[in-house]
Amino acid sequence: MYWAKMKTVIIQYNAGNIQSVLYALERLGTTAMVTDNPEIIKTADKVIFPGVGEASTAMAYLQERQLNKLVLSLTQPVLGICLGMQLMCAYSEENDTQCLGIFNEQVKLFSPSQPSEKVPQIGWNTITNLKTPLFNGVAENSFAYFVHGYYAALGEHTIGVTDYIQPYSCALQKNNFYGVQFHPEKSASVGEQIIKNFLEL
Amino acid sequence: MLTKRIIPCLDIKDGRTVKGINFEQIRDAGDPIELGAFYAAQGADELVFLDITATVEKRKTLSELVNKIAHRINIPFTVGGGIKSEEDVSILLQNGADKISINTAAFLDPTIIKSFSKNFGSQCVVLAIDAKCEDDGNWYVYLNGGRKKTDTLVMDWAKQAVDLGAGEILLTSMNHDGTKQGFALTITEQLASSLPVPIIASGGGGTEAHFYDVFTKGKADAALAASIFHYKEIAIPDLKNYLTQKGINIRK
Repeated sequence: MYWAKMKTVIIQYNAGNIQSVLYALERLGTTAMVTDNPEIIKTADKVIFPGVGEASTAMAYLQERQLNKLVLSLTQPVLGICLGMQLMCAYSEENDTQCLGIFNEQVKLFSPSQPSEKVPQIGWNTITNLKTPLFNGVAENSFAYFVHGYYAALGEHTIGVTDYIQPYSCALQKNNFYGVQFHPEKSASVGEQIIKNFLEL
Repeated sequence: MLTKRIIPCLDIKDGRTVKGINFEQIRDAGDPIELGAFYAAQGADELVFLDITATVEKRKTLSELVNKIAHRINIPFTVGGGIKSEEDVSILLQNGADKISINTAAFLDPTIIKSFSKNFGSQCVVLAIDAKCEDDGNWYVYLNGGRKKTDTLVMDWAKQAVDLGAGEILLTSMNHDGTKQGFALTITEQLASSLPVPIIASGGGGTEAHFYDVFTKGKADAALAASIFHYKEIAIPDLKNYLTQKGINIRK
């Protein structure tokens, strides 16, 4: 595991689940620094951009600290998780928020058509049409854990598809930027494989 | 498709699981971390840890335990028991809990549902309701671990809680809990069909067929059970195979 000694950072901002990502890395035998220090983030080998929370508040926080520009300037592999992935998209309907615009996909609110379709989606769903080395060794129709009320539409950067109410992007990629809607840090062995793959990019 | 969830519940007292018996695969079923990891490896979709420790002093050790659980377990877990303040929630989430469960404290002060969901997100606020069907045929909310009756109907309270920001409802039927005669299908179905958030059914699961019923007739999104898993009456892999064969969408 050459990546065990790699310098991985988790961007610290006002969105939850950061500890869970750190613990998942520790279970894989590596670690990460949780920081909002631009110099440390810039020089990291890998950058994880996590997040659970609300889009406009998170974007405002990132802008206040100029972290939005920093993320855009990164050239090493970056992995957005959940809200982190949504913030890497162009726009979110969640409180009408302009996001980072790395992926030109739009983030929309699920609109259920029957009572059994609960919003947010909470639970395990399948991931399909998996592309890029991020999903090396991950079988089609593997299960991942999702918690979200908004979804990224399908588009040119889609590298994974999940179906809930309608098909949407469960993963996106453009150049060095990767994003997953599900929580790999909570997705059992499937999630561990995806985190490992990211560290090996 | 989104799957139905199977959730073992571990009651914790003074840092130890209660009711747990020994499994061949684990050394110490009284250790919540060992038992939780065992269930995760068996295919549990989530875990609930409910702290029933009586005293506030001893409860402080809960955050340390949660931290150890979060280090070990690679599936989501909820922590409940005595949570009253934003500080309580913040400490548990910082230590790695994915969700917190609130019950009596939320009923006595419903504004905490709003403040918790605003500050931490609805997705981590699970409202637990202890429900009992009385002779008049109505389901009432009970407090203090089922010791105190209220005059509030379960449906009214659940609706109010969802409006305030509860992200999931964990419904325990006191009439069914411990009976192993099946879940409370009618009230579960009523909540599931009228509320926009997932319903976790709890109480009464005794056979594999009971789980099938609560997912089909009860329309539950998840089913929670404790002793049938702790006493090895049903193994999670067998239950999941059974439900899959019956056409229920289940994670394997």
